Amino acid sequence: MSGVEGYIYPNEVTLYWSVLIVLYPFITGLVAGAFILASLERVFRVEAVKPTYRLALLTALAFLLDAPLPLQLHLGHPERSPEMYFTPHSTSAMAMFGYVYLWYLMAVLVFEIWLDYRRDIVLMSQQSKGVMRLIYKVMTLGSSNISERALHIDDKVGWIVTLVGIPSAFLLHGYVGFIFGSIKANPWWSSPLMPVVFIFSAMVSGIAAVMLLYMATTKLRGQKIDMRCVDTIAMYMFYIFIIDFSLEMLDLVHRIYEADESFRSLNFMVHTRLYIPHIVIQICLGTIAPLILLFLTQIVKLPEVVRKRIYATAGCLALVGVFAMRWNVVIGGQLFSKSFLGYTTYKMELVTREGLLAAAGLTILPLLFLWALVKLLPPWPDKSLHEAATGD
Amino acid sequence: MNISRRHLMILLPAAAVAWKHVLAGTPEDSPNYRMSEHWWGMLIDIPKCIGCGNCVRACQTENDVPDGFFRTWVERYHRSDIHLESPEVISPDGGKEGFPVVRAGEEGKFFFVPKMCNHCADSPCTQVCPVGATFITPDGVVLIDQKYCLGCAYCVQACPYGCRYIHPTKKVADKCTLCYHRITKGLTTACCEACPTGARQLADLKNPNDPIHEFLKTHTVQVLKPQMATGAKAFYNRLDGSVR
Repeated sequence: MSGVEGYIYPNEVTLYWSVLIVLYPFITGLVAGAFILASLERVFRVEAVKPTYRLALLTALAFLLDAPLPLQLHLGHPERSPEMYFTPHSTSAMAMFGYVYLWYLMAVLVFEIWLDYRRDIVLMSQQSKGVMRLIYKVMTLGSSNISERALHIDDKVGWIVTLVGIPSAFLLHGYVGFIFGSIKANPWWSSPLMPVVFIFSAMVSGIAAVMLLYMATTKLRGQKIDMRCVDTIAMYMFYIFIIDFSLEMLDLVHRIYEADESFRSLNFMVHTRLYIPHIVIQICLGTIAPLILLFLTQIVKLPEVVRKRIYATAGCLALVGVFAMRWNVVIGGQLFSKSFLGYTTYKMELVTREGLLAAAGLTILPLLFLWALVKLLPPWPDKSLHEAATGD
Repeated sequence: MNISRRHLMILLPAAAVAWKHVLAGTPEDSPNYRMSEHWWGMLIDIPKCIGCGNCVRACQTENDVPDGFFRTWVERYHRSDIHLESPEVISPDGGKEGFPVVRAGEEGKFFFVPKMCNHCADSPCTQVCPVGATFITPDGVVLIDQKYCLGCAYCVQACPYGCRYIHPTKKVADKCTLCYHRITKGLTTACCEACPTGARQLADLKNPNDPIHEFLKTHTVQVLKPQMATGAKAFYNRLDGSVR
C-alpha cells in the first residue's frame, strides 16, 4: 500500500485529523499567549509593555474569532456542531469547547476590550460621522458616562476581568492540550504534561506574535519602536521559552528512559518521518536557535538595530517552532499504528476542504480580522481624541 | 416421484439447513426482545480460525461496508521464535480474500487473529464523543447514532484497537454494530454465521445457558490490550502475547 510501511490496522491508512486540526491549537495558543502578555501590564503592572497592551487584546480577539473555523471546516457534518452546545456529552473533553470558547470570548476578551475602550468609544461616537457614528453608538451599549468616577470603575472592573482572564487563558489552552493528552490509546499524546506544555508554548507563540505585530505596525506607522518595551517582551519570552523547552525535554527524556512498549515505534518515527519537522524544525530551528538568539540579547549589550533584528528573527523562529510542535503532535500522533508495527503517511491536499489553501486562508484570516479591529478600535493613543476629551 | 427412506433421511437435514438460511435472510421481528436480559460479547477462538476471510466478506455484504474500510478484519501473525515481541503481521485487504500460502518448514508460529469492535464496557470512544452520538446500549453493544454524529473523528483517535473509521460518503463515524439488527431478532451476527469453523461465537454473558460460561471456565481466554482497561468484550481463546 502506498505510503504505508510495516503493518497498520486497515482503518488507520487514512489520517482523520488534518492540517486544520494543527491550526486549531496553534491559533488558540496565540490567543492565550497574547492575552497573558496583556495581563502583564494590567495585573502584574509591568509598565514597560504598556505600548502593546491594547494590540495584544485585539490580537487575542482576532485569533479567537478565527479559532473555531478550522474545527468547523474539519467536521463531517458542520451543521450539527450546535449540538455540542445543546446536548453536550458530559464525559467528553471536546464537548466543553463551546463553553470554554464562549466564556473566553464574551466574559473575558470582549468585556475587557469594551471596558478598556469605553471612553474612546464614547468619544468616537460623538466625533465620527455617518455609519461609523452609528456603529460606535451601538458599541457604547447606551453607556456614555465617561466621568472620572465611571472610568475609575471601568478600570477596577477591567482589572478583575483580567485577573479572571489569566486562569481562563490557561483553561482555554490547557484544555486543548487535554484533548490530546487524555487519549490513552495514543502513547504519543497520552501525557499529563501535554496541557502544561501546550500552555507554555502558547505563551511563547502569543508573545512572539504580539511582539512582531507591534514592531511591524509601529514601523508601518512611521513611529519609533519603544525598545524598553520590546526588550522587556523579549526577556519574558526568553524565560517562558526556557520553561517550555525544559518541559518538552523532560517529556522526551522521560519517554526515552522509560522506553515502554511504544518507544521503539515512536523512536523510529522521530528518526525517519518526523525527523525534519521534529528534530530539525521544532527543536533546532524553532527552539534552540531562538533561545540562543534571545540569550545573546540578555548577556551581551548589543546595539538597538541588532537587537531589533534578533527579536524579529527569534520571534519568527519561535512561531515556526510552535507551529511545528502542533504539527508534530497532531500529525505525528497519527503517523504510527496503534499496533506499533507500522507507519502511514500524511498527504496534504491542495484545494480540498481540509487542504493547504484552506489552511493558508484560515491563517491569514485573523490578520484581516485584526486589521478591521485596529481600524475600528485603534490601539495606539489618539491625540485628537484626547484633546477633544480634555477640551484642549 | 418415488423417494426411498434412505434418500429422505439425507434430504430432510439438508432441507432443514436450507430453511434455516431462508429464515436468516428474512429475520422476523422480535417485539419481545428485552435489552436488560442480555449482555453481548464475542468469543474468538484463535486456533479455530483458518483465515478464509468469510467473516470479512459476510460483514461487508451484510452491513454495506465501503471498500477499503473494515468493521471486521483478519490478521495473520508470524511470531518468530527469536523475536517474540516483534511479530510480522499481514492483513491484505483485511484478509477478505484469504492469505498467501506459507512455505513449508518456515520458522516460527503462524496464526490468524480476527479483529472487530470490542464493544467495551468502558469504551474510550463513548467517553470522548462530544455529543453522545456514540453510546453503549443496555445490552452491552457500542453503537453510533449516525444522524447525530458530527464526524469529528475524536472517537477514531480514542479507539485503541483501530476499529473505527469515518464513512467516506456519510461523513460520520462507522464501525461494527455486532449486527444489532440481527441479534435483537434472535439471530447471530453475519460474521459468526459465515465462519465455517465456529472460530467466532456470539456470546450472551447474561444468559446462564450460553456456552460462553463453560468456555471461559475451561479455557485460557484473554482480551486485546488489557492494559487499556476498556472492559473489552471480544474474548480471545489462546491469545498469543505478541498480538497487538
